[in-house]
Amino acid sequence: MNKVTLRVTFTGPRSGSGSAEAVLDCNSGRSPDALPRLQPLTDEDRNRKGTHVTDTAIQQPSQRTVEDLDRLVIRFAGDSGDGMQLTGDRFTSASALFGNDLATLPDFPAEIRAPAGTIHGVSAFQVQVASETVTTPGDAPTVLVAMNPAALRSELDRLEVGGTVIINSDAFVERNLDKAGYSDDPLTDGTLDHYNTYLIPMTSLTKEVCKDLGVKPRDAERSKNFFALGVVSWLFDRPTQPTLDWVEEKFAKRPLVAAANAAAFKAGHAFGETTEMFQATYKVRPAELEPGTYTSINGNTALSWGLIAAAQQAKLPLFLASYPITPASDVLHELSGRKNFGVRTFQAEDEIAAVCAAVGASFGGHIGVTTTSGPGLALKAETIGLALSIELPLLVIDIQRGGPSTGLPTKTEASDLNLALYGRHGEAPLPVVAAYSPSQCFFAAIEAVRIALKYRTPVILLSDGYLANGSEPWRLPDRDDLPDISVDFTTQFNDADSDGNPVFRPYKRDPQTLARPWAVPGTPDLMHRVGGIEKEDVTGNISYTPANHGLMTELRAAKVDGIAADIPPTMLDSDGPAAVAVLSWGSVWGSVTSAVRRVRAGGSAVDHLHLTHLNPLHADLGDLLGRYRTVLVPEMNLGQLASIVRSRYLIDVKSITKVEGVPFTASEIAAAIAGAVDDD
Amino acid sequence: MTTDMSTGPTTTKADWTSDQEPRWCPGCGDYSILSAMQLLMPQLGARPENTVFVSGIGCAARFPYYMKTYGMHGIHGRAPALATGLATCRPDLDVWVVGGDGDILSIGGNHLLHALRRNVKIKILLFNNQIYGLTKGQYSPTSEIGKVTKSTPLGSVDEPLNPLSVALGAEATFVARTHDMDRTHMQHMFRRAWEHSGAAFVEVYQNCNVFNDGAFAEITKKDKRPSMLISLQHGEPIRFGAEGERGVIMNRSGELQIVEVADVGEEKLLIHDERAETPSLAFALSRLSSGPFMPTPIGVYRAVEGPEYASHVSRQLAFAQDRSGPGDLHALLRSRATWEVA
Repeated sequence: MNKVTLRVTFTGPRSGSGSAEAVLDCNSGRSPDALPRLQPLTDEDRNRKGTHVTDTAIQQPSQRTVEDLDRLVIRFAGDSGDGMQLTGDRFTSASALFGNDLATLPDFPAEIRAPAGTIHGVSAFQVQVASETVTTPGDAPTVLVAMNPAALRSELDRLEVGGTVIINSDAFVERNLDKAGYSDDPLTDGTLDHYNTYLIPMTSLTKEVCKDLGVKPRDAERSKNFFALGVVSWLFDRPTQPTLDWVEEKFAKRPLVAAANAAAFKAGHAFGETTEMFQATYKVRPAELEPGTYTSINGNTALSWGLIAAAQQAKLPLFLASYPITPASDVLHELSGRKNFGVRTFQAEDEIAAVCAAVGASFGGHIGVTTTSGPGLALKAETIGLALSIELPLLVIDIQRGGPSTGLPTKTEASDLNLALYGRHGEAPLPVVAAYSPSQCFFAAIEAVRIALKYRTPVILLSDGYLANGSEPWRLPDRDDLPDISVDFTTQFNDADSDGNPVFRPYKRDPQTLARPWAVPGTPDLMHRVGGIEKEDVTGNISYTPANHGLMTELRAAKVDGIAADIPPTMLDSDGPAAVAVLSWGSVWGSVTSAVRRVRAGGSAVDHLHLTHLNPLHADLGDLLGRYRTVLVPEMNLGQLASIVRSRYLIDVKSITKVEGVPFTASEIAAAIAGAVDDD
Repeated sequence: MTTDMSTGPTTTKADWTSDQEPRWCPGCGDYSILSAMQLLMPQLGARPENTVFVSGIGCAARFPYYMKTYGMHGIHGRAPALATGLATCRPDLDVWVVGGDGDILSIGGNHLLHALRRNVKIKILLFNNQIYGLTKGQYSPTSEIGKVTKSTPLGSVDEPLNPLSVALGAEATFVARTHDMDRTHMQHMFRRAWEHSGAAFVEVYQNCNVFNDGAFAEITKKDKRPSMLISLQHGEPIRFGAEGERGVIMNRSGELQIVEVADVGEEKLLIHDERAETPSLAFALSRLSSGPFMPTPIGVYRAVEGPEYASHVSRQLAFAQDRSGPGDLHALLRSRATWEVA
């Protein structure tokens, strides 16, 4: 029996206030039969300004209400070393298993361990869980878990007024307050007056509960995030078993750590249940989702699995060559662990070597793929031009982040559209595909590989930091529903010379797709040379003839333009006639979808057009755009798509921009739509 | 790479000669290297369809166009990286990289180091002419100090790279040097490179008769060779000269030194060991001459067996399949917690 005495203070408009001590049985996760006992208050407690403590004995916890919530947005924030990403991830998993729809937003600093306790070191994780469909991690959180003063200082402004703050009060000591830049104690100076605040000494409670396990106090302290997770799991009625199972499996080789984390989690859960601190618990019922088997997935994992699926559907081996870069490295990590699928992964010496190795692999008949983020895409430009000129399949995946230069490595942005479309010398068009939700990265990867193989062209697939790390429930596709994207290698002569002798012409194109034949080394008789110097049409020999260069330039462009007939139409979400439309690409899809729903619920009409392909653009887009009096284009850049649409269709769309390293909130877009509807 | 030669060559030079007219300057050393290669291939029993030449940019980089094999003329400096991807995926192929000193040592220096240290099965031929030819005569990373070129009117102040020292510093498992005036020697070095199981690096002293004519004449002209070229033979004392009258010893400070054999005695001469485990001796040999105006060793400096990259990669795939079974997409998608919605 592992029991611990808890001591807490609490205050706030909804919860009332009080102080309590409870004896918890942390093995069962339930309070022991003995009633919680009242602990006399110390002077220090009484002197804490603004924290209204009483000496009233705690009642047996029984009269709490259970409130139903349609949705909950909770933000976990702490120091980088506090395990907030893990805590958020576990809460998410438990919610997913419970059947909620959800979307997450990990938000962490670029430094692995910025100085502890500082604002720079704050790592946060936001998740929206709902009983209805959600497409964003939520706007303002309704609950903030703050593990230290820096987390409170950096995150409190995001919280909706009247929201709930759950605080690790042990961390609010002078040293930490200084580091966070607080001159007064925010727990007592009125900072928290407009919030429901729960002060819980999580560090000491965690240490206490771990004492008998043989865990050193310093190590025990590291489990305080599980205590926090236990509290919110209880408060929001999350199932506990998935977390306990996960702890057991994850830390199987470190039984002491597993025991400490499990004990802290159970203690947190028991704490919520036992103390009278919380007047209500909250339920977010399962969402009505389409029937099927679900898993929780983030964008980079979905992308990795999509590449594996694409290779299987193409019946070709996958070769991934990459140089580590945030936020793309996880694709390299995931695929390097999937060698049993025949996936070769290659960590190159630099970004250029990575894309070159991928081109070499494609020349050899493999699916050459390279993953990167903005700075890496800039470095790869010349090689992408080579692949375009020698017309070999190549997939370049850019997980966009804040730029320019090093920019904001761990923050999201969608500002590489121009680079993807135009970032090469010469006339060098190539297909560009953009993923729009974490799970959809799976299908975007297959689509990008399909185009690359069929048209023998480099393809750039754009994802971003938000999609990469954000997660959502995903109804798993049936393999039979995935497209067959296999192509044939050329193994026979494809032409005859003037004497009628059979020959191989490496640039004799397929009349439908304009793709050139793909004959791989090892194929007898079809030896040929490719290179970056301009090639003669059909023969592929070096040619400096003026007219030939014009012809080849036009053929390369026509090949890419022609793909418009081979891609789905613009995604159109319409609910009846509307004069206003929102046009989106990439991850802003989620915020727009949510905003459009909100605006329609308010009685206004608005359409949502979404682009899954940025080059070529969907064939129906021009006609569609012509239907609206106002077209809004929200982008996490300064209006790159808006400029393209204006120049291409001569439609003066209204650009809405945000370049702050964080996604648009649905409210921001809803407000813009409302403005447009009013003006209309 | 074993070939049954009992029936004689199955290809001829014509089978290795493409229909493209070489466009090098008349008198360029590249012609003799090309010809040596086209003549050698039938003797090796190699197959054109299983052979790939990869290059970057520069005069030498046009080489693939003239070989009737698979070929890729890539971008400046990146040939070793392009070839690494190909050779990693397709260990069944013979992959050659051809490039000049600017291509391979300057813009592509990084890729050279990493291809060599990984021991990828690619055969890198460095055509070293100590000048930028295609861009019409700027100094290169192997040009000597004081070199007057279009971009160094007062002479170069850049210390040149020693290509063999660089390759050996990257722990290359095969390192050799030859020159464009001796077809037999070139072919011998190319053959040894071809037979080597991993990455091979062959420096070919190549004359650019337009922008740096005669750069190697002091050592490669027929009458100079006996006294200026030190032909390395594994297991043999290192000696040269018309009568073998000069040789190489290691002096008391551990440095190599050229001596008169008569002065020190034959037994003091250094015995060449291309299979020495560490590259130290080979490295010392690479420092013996500070330029093509001093007695210079040619031949195989180093040839040791090391784990080849692609075979390592393939073994890991096989290991992963043994351990986890062949990849199953259905199972992969369900490899994390899943739940059913009815």
